Amino acid sequence: MNAIPEALNALPLIGILFQFLGYVAANVTFMSQTTVAVAVPVALAALCGAVCERSGVVNIGLEGIMLTAAFVGWLAGVFAVGMLGHGDPLPVFGITPPLLIGLAAAIGIGMLVSLLHAWLSISARVDQIIGGTIINIGAVGITGYLYSLVANQSLNGAGSFKALAVPKEVADFPLIGWLLNAVLAQGPIGILTIFLVIFLQIMLFRSRWGLRTRAAGEHPRAAETVGIDVIRLRYFNVVMAGALAALAGAWLSMEHGNRFDANMTAGRGFIGLAAMIVGRWTPLGAFGAALLFASATALSASLTISPPSGDLGNLTNQVPGEFWEALPYIITIVVLAGLIGRSIAPAADGVPYERESAT
Amino acid sequence: MSGLAADARRLLARAVNLRLLQVVAEPVLAFVFALIVGGIGIALFSAYVPGHAAFDVGLPIAAYGSLISGFASPNGITSTLVYATPLVLAGLGVAIGFRGGLFNIGGRGQFLIGTVGAMAVVTWIGKDAGPWITIPLALLVGASLGGFAGFIPGFLKATSGAHEVVTTIMLNYVLLFVMAWAVIGPLALPGAPQPITADVSTRNGDLPIILGRDGHLGLLIALAAVPIMWFLLFRTTIGFEIRAAGANPDAARYGGMKTRRLIVLTMTLAGFMCGLAGATTLLGVVHEMTPGYDTTIGFDAITVALLGRSNPIGVALAALLLGAMRAGAQTMQIQAGVPPELVDALQAIILLFLVVNVLRRLMARRKRRPGKGEPAAAAAVPVAGVGIE
Repeated sequence: MNAIPEALNALPLIGILFQFLGYVAANVTFMSQTTVAVAVPVALAALCGAVCERSGVVNIGLEGIMLTAAFVGWLAGVFAVGMLGHGDPLPVFGITPPLLIGLAAAIGIGMLVSLLHAWLSISARVDQIIGGTIINIGAVGITGYLYSLVANQSLNGAGSFKALAVPKEVADFPLIGWLLNAVLAQGPIGILTIFLVIFLQIMLFRSRWGLRTRAAGEHPRAAETVGIDVIRLRYFNVVMAGALAALAGAWLSMEHGNRFDANMTAGRGFIGLAAMIVGRWTPLGAFGAALLFASATALSASLTISPPSGDLGNLTNQVPGEFWEALPYIITIVVLAGLIGRSIAPAADGVPYERESAT
Repeated sequence: MSGLAADARRLLARAVNLRLLQVVAEPVLAFVFALIVGGIGIALFSAYVPGHAAFDVGLPIAAYGSLISGFASPNGITSTLVYATPLVLAGLGVAIGFRGGLFNIGGRGQFLIGTVGAMAVVTWIGKDAGPWITIPLALLVGASLGGFAGFIPGFLKATSGAHEVVTTIMLNYVLLFVMAWAVIGPLALPGAPQPITADVSTRNGDLPIILGRDGHLGLLIALAAVPIMWFLLFRTTIGFEIRAAGANPDAARYGGMKTRRLIVLTMTLAGFMCGLAGATTLLGVVHEMTPGYDTTIGFDAITVALLGRSNPIGVALAALLLGAMRAGAQTMQIQAGVPPELVDALQAIILLFLVVNVLRRLMARRKRRPGKGEPAAAAAVPVAGVGIE
């Protein structure tokens, strides 16, 4: 009867695994909140990528769209505060008129930049990677330029959205209270993200739009022969997806923080692309991957703040913090290489569609 | 007589149209258009530049004037060459990728791992070995690590079809963290209050200055790399095979070329050049690294390769142009108060005009109007291998 626990003791690996689980359980509140917060912009970027690529347009410019939206949202907030004042915040989310104006401006510019990408890749039929690269370079240059012009004037931003105050009864709910708290204790963009993931998952696989989108991404000519306007559909998807990336940008400058920094996206758009790939181009999968990536970051933060003791502590001390930060990218390369669970892009992804001319 | 002359003129015009227009006129025009658009942008926001009114038309002129004065001086020219050196090397690295039909977006990571390799050699053997061994070995190890960072995406593409764009982007971040780890850990200077590496000049690792104030030996390396890469691409079997595989991989495979091996080779060479850019920059310019060290060379090299039409000579010219802009940007900031980020913005606008082929579009439209017109294909933009003339 005692054979099993003894065998467990003989294997240090399993012992460490249990220590690890115990450590995670002890720090789960901190880690789950960090995880959800880190995952929000990544998940939004991944959703943007999935909506574009499912219809056949590769969008590596989403990093630039995020950065532009973060900047314009913040700047519009500054102007709105100058004209309207801060105004009284609503009890929910601390919503003020300048914040809403900033959010609207962020979404607007995101869709506009996306329209440029759509025109480049769909109408001008420029190589889509190059189009996206141009948007990324331009976003760094133009936001950096304008930010250094306005940075030396002390500007009064619109502040940031506040997280939802989760009622104590919900947060203390047995067993799943911590989870509900982690998911709900967020600002409006964070909560909207969870709805968007579910909404897009259903839309992409259960609606007419979703079917058409997937058809345009897999075999545009076949889609066109059954009467789908592939070009219009791709324009629609890319521009709408721009709003998703813009939300990610707005989250950075108006919900997570309350200011803009040069180059503040810091590769989150690219992690979003990685999450999309690991999640196999599905919204739910991408969200899962974003959570997985974010939990690596959260684990790293937790290990620094409260390092574990015992064998596990000895082990984690030997792993450099940079390893955890690099882990999402390594996972993506491994998945792409097909070593674990092959991930295959839509067939017409990145291929410009040329309509057959009517003769 | 007159018919013959007209024929000749038409032939010449066509040749000029096709070759000169595409190779030279389009990048130049894209540059001029970008300056105009950039000027409008500067004027639009001139109210935010201290001492200027709103919509000040004089500000763009002052900005461009100080930009030119920034690089048109003996020090400015040296500085231009120093800025251009890594751009030439990494630009060639991206260009050879384009020639082989591969998009090397991993210049940033390959550059950074190149600096780590060079730093490791200088840190570990520099003191004992002396400059004659340290410097060549550091450059070689740095470039080889860059080559290895190019080999990985090449190998993955050849064996599993993983797209090199995504794998190189992901590797950029992995290598960024590898670099930070190396600077904090094995390469850290013992006893320093903040994590920092040794200064290469204290360990026989700094490249000798051969020109002016800061023109280091790397200039000659970049100068030599251009004809070598040209020869490799256009006068060797390997170069022919790389270009053939890039132009039409199926045809190359039917022609008996080992296209998978060529993918790996092309990416390795591309990474080697970007790694060399990193190693020369470390030994010639920055000399020491902190964990936050980073570079914009990855994107700049893409600009250079596209602007230079993936031709080694074009790459060198484009690198000089971008180098001059970077060299003049500091002066522009001091004299005209215009932030140096303007150069990045201009870079994007240049590329935008270049890839949408504004000129060819305009001409195609004018031709179409009289009735007969060109077929639509003439106006179509080449899709793959945009960087190629």
